[in-house]
Amino acid sequence: MMTSVAEQAGTRSGAAGRPPGKARRAAGWARRAPLLPALIFMIVVTQLPFVATLVISFMDWNAYYPDEVGFAGVDNFRRVFTDVNMRDAVWTTILLTAGVVLISLLLGLGIALLLDRRFRGRGAVRTMMIAPFLVVPVAAALLWKHALYNPEYGLFNGALTGLWKLFGADDPPQPDWISNMPLWSVIFALVWQWTPFMMLILLAGLQGRPLDVVEAARIDGAGGWQIFRSMTLPHLRQYLELGALLGSIYIVQNFDAVFTITSGGLGTANLPYTIYQIFYQAHDYGRASAAAVVVVLGTIIIATFALRTVSSLFRADTGR
Amino acid sequence: MSSTGTAPAGKRRERGGAWLTLLAWIVGILFVLPVVWMVLTSLHSEADAATNPPSVLAPLTLEGYREFFGGGASPWPPLLNSLTASVLSTALVLLLAFPAAYALSIRPVKKWTDVLFFFLSTKMLPVVAGLLPLYLFAQNARLLDNIWLLVVFYTSMNLPIAVWMMRSFLSEVPVEMLEAASMDGANLSRTLRSVIAPVVMPGIAATALICFIFSWNELLFARVLTATVAETAPVFLTSFVTSQGLFLAQLCAAAFVVSLPVLVAGFAAQDKLVQGLSLGSVK
Repeated sequence: MMTSVAEQAGTRSGAAGRPPGKARRAAGWARRAPLLPALIFMIVVTQLPFVATLVISFMDWNAYYPDEVGFAGVDNFRRVFTDVNMRDAVWTTILLTAGVVLISLLLGLGIALLLDRRFRGRGAVRTMMIAPFLVVPVAAALLWKHALYNPEYGLFNGALTGLWKLFGADDPPQPDWISNMPLWSVIFALVWQWTPFMMLILLAGLQGRPLDVVEAARIDGAGGWQIFRSMTLPHLRQYLELGALLGSIYIVQNFDAVFTITSGGLGTANLPYTIYQIFYQAHDYGRASAAAVVVVLGTIIIATFALRTVSSLFRADTGR
Repeated sequence: MSSTGTAPAGKRRERGGAWLTLLAWIVGILFVLPVVWMVLTSLHSEADAATNPPSVLAPLTLEGYREFFGGGASPWPPLLNSLTASVLSTALVLLLAFPAAYALSIRPVKKWTDVLFFFLSTKMLPVVAGLLPLYLFAQNARLLDNIWLLVVFYTSMNLPIAVWMMRSFLSEVPVEMLEAASMDGANLSRTLRSVIAPVVMPGIAATALICFIFSWNELLFARVLTATVAETAPVFLTSFVTSQGLFLAQLCAAAFVVSLPVLVAGFAAQDKLVQGLSLGSVK
């Protein structure tokens, strides 16, 4: 399904200059043989199900009414496009993904710059920073929901009470974090997990920076901000893009945090959660498939641009 | 940070440096705090875990862990299921990805970039899009609640990442070494063992680490495709909260136990983590 995208993005950097030898067909297959198991596996497990989804999306099929399975035409798609929940879910997905990627990228950049200096305990700080990324996502979501956000005994409100007591006041604010700002609650929990990821990639980028050039610029009287803007940032650009791309791929599909923290309530249901609900709770297979097809088409449009970015990154690193 | 003030530049930078060091420490502590809080709460009694303000200095106890392992449904079957699914799928991924990466770097097929991008593009396909057909297939083939289904699915989830990573590690192998080996008359298996393996072993370790972590963490498919027999640890965690009454210490103990393998593996191989996360493009 997505080969067309890959072709578009790939051909420009494609392997040029390999002579088209017809007599070497056998040799060609010998080259291809090691690739085939992986390729066939991927096509069977990821592309065939999608074809099935496409077929089901044109069918009238609800598991609660097994006798009424039949052809539905474009009914499912009409229902998907007119469904307010779906439209909200698209918007929520965009907000959630953009919010988490941008905030964690900015925080990650700041922290990577802080860690790109020699100081006492640098290794320890780096290790502390990585910890959030190594907590299993469901466990992290449960931790934020019950141990941090909980209005009665969560750490946030507990800390507020402690602070107020410290100054002799006895009416500390005790907000119900998740009800007051549901989407932000999910975003913050995810930012906590993804900032280390961005930080690690950007830190690796910073450490691959040619230091002699920076030193020369400093001797020539360039200030810190000048060096950052005209040397560090351009060098980091491809790492920023890589972080944003990989982060988006994973966060667009986020299910764990939405499922655990808000159960998709209060306007936090993103596309994966909404489709899961149509399928798992409403058992409306036709409509769930149509929604999935729409999501895939949207993804292909976005992925075309994303893959162009990767392929431009990739040109600098063409193998052999 | 500019050095145009009256104070000597060196001293100024030193003082600024001290502030930056302090800031780095504060940020690090803030980020690790929820994890520390999770561990501390897991070591408190249920009553001490649910106080406001928090009882930081409450006596420590293993009650939460005892309750988690001993009370109600045992967590061992889900933990073992997670281990099985993660280890087997990681092995399968390596088995499929290594030859593929070989055919994309050392002796590349025509249009190898297209193949590479095909693999990446499957990663962008939302997993929910394939969920329903896989569920219906499993239902008809009587494979629901079967750990092998998860093994196959996790393999497909991680294979693109692994192919990208391994390709980048394999293209590190110097061409001269390969040519020298073939001139010496070394056959394929000898070349693999004595020329390629030493260079790419760290890369294979990085790939395995990432695949293991992603499989261990997966929730959506495990939740839909498994029930009581093949239930994995993350699914077990989500079903855990429904219990009545105070459960925070027990929940934190559970969250920590389930995260422990990933924490240990990740801390032990911090550098590999970076290589893996960047698909091998950062070394």
